[in-house]
Amino acid sequence: MKVLLSWLREFAPFPDDDPVGLGDVMSDLGMAVESVDRIGEGLDGIVVARVLALRPHPNADKIQLVDVDLGDGEALQICCGAFNMAESDLVPLATLGTVMPGGMEIARRKLRGEWSNGMLCSGKELGLGDDHSGILVLDSSDVGGPALGTPITEALGITPDVLYDLEINPNRPDAMSVAGVARDLAARLHLPFAIPEPQIELVAGDAAELVSVELLDPDLCGRFHARVIDGVHIEPSPPWIAERLTALGMRPINNVVDASNYVMLELGQPNHTYDLAKLPDGTLRVRWAVDGDTITTLDGVERGLVAGRDGVITDGADVPVGIAGVMGGASTEISDTTTSVLLECAWWRPMAIAVSSKYLGLRSEASARFERGVDPDVVDLAARRLAELLAPSGARLVEGSVTADGELPDRSPVRVRADRVNRLLGTELEPAEIPALLEPIGFVVEPAGERDFLVTIPSFRFDTTTETDIVEEIARHHGYSRIPRRVPTSTQTGSLSPVQRDRRTVRQVLVGLGIHEAMPLPFLAPGDLASAGLPGEAVTLTNPLAAEESVLRTSLRPGLLRAVAYNESHRTDGVSLFEIGQVFGVPALGAVLPDEREHLGVVLAGREAPAAVQVWELVHRTLGLPSPEIDQGRAVAGLHPGRAAVLTSGGVDVGEVGEIDPGVLAALGIRERVAWLQVDLGTVLGLPHGEHPYRPISRYPSSDLDLAFEVDETVPAARVTAAVRDAAGDLLVDLRLFDVFRGAPVPEGHRSLAYRLRLQAPDRTLTDDDIASVRDAVAATLASSLDATLRA
Amino acid sequence: MTDDITETLEQIGAEAPDRIAAAASLDELRAVEADLLGKKGELTALKKGLGALGPDERRAAGQAMNDVRAAVESALAGRRDALESSERALTLAAERLDLTEVVDHASRGSLHLVTQTWDRLVDVFLGMGFTVAEGPEVETDWYNFEALNIPAAHPARGMWDTLYVDLGEPETVVLRTHTSPVQIRVMTDGEPPIYAVMPGRVFRRDTADASHMPVFHQIEGLVVDRGISFADLAGTLEAFTTAYFGGAIHSRLRPSYFPFTEPSAEYDINCLFCEGAGCRTCGQTGWLELGGCGMVHPNVLRNVDLDPEEWTGFAFGFGLDRLALMRHGVDDIREMYTGDVRFLEQFPA
Repeated sequence: MKVLLSWLREFAPFPDDDPVGLGDVMSDLGMAVESVDRIGEGLDGIVVARVLALRPHPNADKIQLVDVDLGDGEALQICCGAFNMAESDLVPLATLGTVMPGGMEIARRKLRGEWSNGMLCSGKELGLGDDHSGILVLDSSDVGGPALGTPITEALGITPDVLYDLEINPNRPDAMSVAGVARDLAARLHLPFAIPEPQIELVAGDAAELVSVELLDPDLCGRFHARVIDGVHIEPSPPWIAERLTALGMRPINNVVDASNYVMLELGQPNHTYDLAKLPDGTLRVRWAVDGDTITTLDGVERGLVAGRDGVITDGADVPVGIAGVMGGASTEISDTTTSVLLECAWWRPMAIAVSSKYLGLRSEASARFERGVDPDVVDLAARRLAELLAPSGARLVEGSVTADGELPDRSPVRVRADRVNRLLGTELEPAEIPALLEPIGFVVEPAGERDFLVTIPSFRFDTTTETDIVEEIARHHGYSRIPRRVPTSTQTGSLSPVQRDRRTVRQVLVGLGIHEAMPLPFLAPGDLASAGLPGEAVTLTNPLAAEESVLRTSLRPGLLRAVAYNESHRTDGVSLFEIGQVFGVPALGAVLPDEREHLGVVLAGREAPAAVQVWELVHRTLGLPSPEIDQGRAVAGLHPGRAAVLTSGGVDVGEVGEIDPGVLAALGIRERVAWLQVDLGTVLGLPHGEHPYRPISRYPSSDLDLAFEVDETVPAARVTAAVRDAAGDLLVDLRLFDVFRGAPVPEGHRSLAYRLRLQAPDRTLTDDDIASVRDAVAATLASSLDATLRA
Repeated sequence: MTDDITETLEQIGAEAPDRIAAAASLDELRAVEADLLGKKGELTALKKGLGALGPDERRAAGQAMNDVRAAVESALAGRRDALESSERALTLAAERLDLTEVVDHASRGSLHLVTQTWDRLVDVFLGMGFTVAEGPEVETDWYNFEALNIPAAHPARGMWDTLYVDLGEPETVVLRTHTSPVQIRVMTDGEPPIYAVMPGRVFRRDTADASHMPVFHQIEGLVVDRGISFADLAGTLEAFTTAYFGGAIHSRLRPSYFPFTEPSAEYDINCLFCEGAGCRTCGQTGWLELGGCGMVHPNVLRNVDLDPEEWTGFAFGFGLDRLALMRHGVDDIREMYTGDVRFLEQFPA
């Protein structure tokens, strides 16, 4: 919502010497000032000039040379990037030395080898509206236009003003009008506020005999107020109206349309004008649309309406002539021949207009106001104000009016308790302060007991219905900055949950391993999962912005691989990345929401599968996961068939490890091998884990025993390790596989696995016999259970 | 005989220092030592001659011999120390390294900027007695909108550009547009008093540009207890502001509108760049808009079966990504999400 200071000052005597300070008050009231523009300031030095000749620039086609006359008959050459003017047009010229509103100083300079002795200005450059499409061409139709060299401010009748652009919240229907902003502001500044009474002459007659209204659906329309304006003569609006509309972002059309818009901006009442001659019997009917209703709207588009969604206004023959609260119809549009106008000022049910305008895709200044809720009591004032604005063209309001009422909001008083106000705000307001805050903004406050009030909400505050709504108004006008500040004493202890703590731990482990955390987006293109080797269904979005973002990931793999490819393509090989994030499976049977899980994904570019296994080992060891196993007996989709394993812990599948399938890598354009680890973190952290029991450190010396076995290739090393561990018994304190060897003399199909066993007793020094018996036990067990031969 | 011994002894005693000093290495010194004191050494040989002397002579010669031996041993020790320390110095000198001549640098990974900011924010709130709550990223319409006092077709729904998930009835499942549905989950899953923050990933139907992403992060706070007022909200946000941004940065609240709070407010902080003086970043206002807040709307409390007369509360929320970007002067939010290691590794902590 834009407002002009001069316009605000028609309702209350606001100071005009501190526009920024006034803006701060608006912001403090919740009407956030997004910009403050001083109109007509910085225009000194800009004068009226006449275009004498237009010539092509010899060295540029996006610039032309313009010869202008400033009144001395001499041709002054200007380089100009706009082409919208013609010879003998009057245009604004910023002369040399002018400092433009943006701060730029106009100097004589060469553009592509040609001198420019000033700058021709667009409307926007002058701070007049947003039109930047071309040079502002002055209207010279009447009295031949202003004299050449006249200051532009004088020629355009620009008086300095201040334009505020305000962000109005949905709960402030009142602030969608200049008068409403003025009311709120005047209340805070303790200035008298009044809406001037329109000074109009009525034409004798009775509108009720010219028009009739049948309100068929009271749940659609709360009030339909119809008036007749006679003696209409369509012509351009007076400049002051056109300028104000332009400043507020609306395009002047003709006096009737402009007056209609002016009243909407000033009083917040959208209204519609029908050419009465085009309404056969002056009858309007108001009802919900039925399927099959169609209408060609003012913008020339034929639209089909939907029962129960759109409201319509029809003529007496039930033919739609307007979409309720959204847009009028073309058939009854005002034209140059219009002489008699039916004026509609209505109150539509806000939700109805919100739905209708949303689904029709027709958001307008009118619908924006109707859906917030306009003031049903302002219709008469709005009609008279519109007549006042049209009076100079000879138009007159006909006596009488027709008003049909439907369902209007309940305006029963609301009880407001001073104690509740203070309890919610933390203030210590005296009850007597409450009326003083509410009455200036239109609330009627009656005492009801010592500390309570019955408050009647003004008709222009559709949003306000409850005690809490009124508490907010009290807070606004008391001033948020005057509410004390204190810190509540939490009765809780702040702490992370075990899962949150574990998540931080996992991140620290990975960072310590030199892996960077990445956060790819969770959206995928339809083929992304398949090309990452991941079959299966995925959840999709109904209204994605692009197909590339239409699928929810079921795995972190595609996103991390894409990041690897991105890095490779930017000459960064060997990246190590991890992500902890949500993945989304299709909902479980009977569930509404997707099967959402938190996964850990790790990609190690340029590394082979064992590197990922090492990461897994560190993660499970740090977390203390129960019985972690690497099960290479099952295939994992999208991974190298010989280098893939399912991870289990406590007998439950918790992830996968290995290397990305070379075919997948090739499809993604990744040149390096990529080791891959994925852990279902949610599942893992749900298992009992994190026990790190203390094992006393023996004071006695330990002995190392190196044993190498020839083992068939089909037997996983993990099984050999487990068998060694079991057979070695309690004396084993540490076990590591330190060498793997293939080739002669180890027979084909076998490899040698060399282990170092560290043996130690808690209570004595080991003897050679102790060590020999471990050696024998391990050799015997491996021979019998795994057919593994102890190498000499 | 005695004179021979004495003479020889004197000669040994007189020559020993020079011989010892002439040893240029520990090996040479060991040879000198053997010559003098070894089993076949000169002093040992002399000692063997003592047996032939009478008791008085023997005692006198023995005494003299011991004196010479002590002097020789002392000279040997001194020379050994000197040689050892110069050999050590040589070794150390030979082992000298240019410590700036490092070929392989140790590397450590990095937490994502969002995670770093997330953890820092959470840590401040932990210190203020808050717990941390989480919820799903895909939500039902009820949690994301209805329960938060935003019924279907409510004009306020236009405040969020929602991405809908193709599940169930049309427009009933959404990618959460804010972390606020976690408020509802916290209130339905537990009971007041509640002091919780809710960081999380949120989604909007937004085209990515320098300051927008369809996926970004928020942190939300919720307090529900007896006697909680707007003053508690203002005080909590001020305490958080100075704790997180430093003592020079303060907060202010301006009236605003959110369907799930009333009274509602915008939460501004002093511009982090000019500390309130006014600069280009803050549009000369001295303030940065951080987020929204307010008193939990009575309808929201009723939706989770809490009596608004008994319980009151406040909620606040703000974006996390912008804080991450501002802290390091990153001017394009998209940089954070490409996974480019050249970006990630710039922020080790």
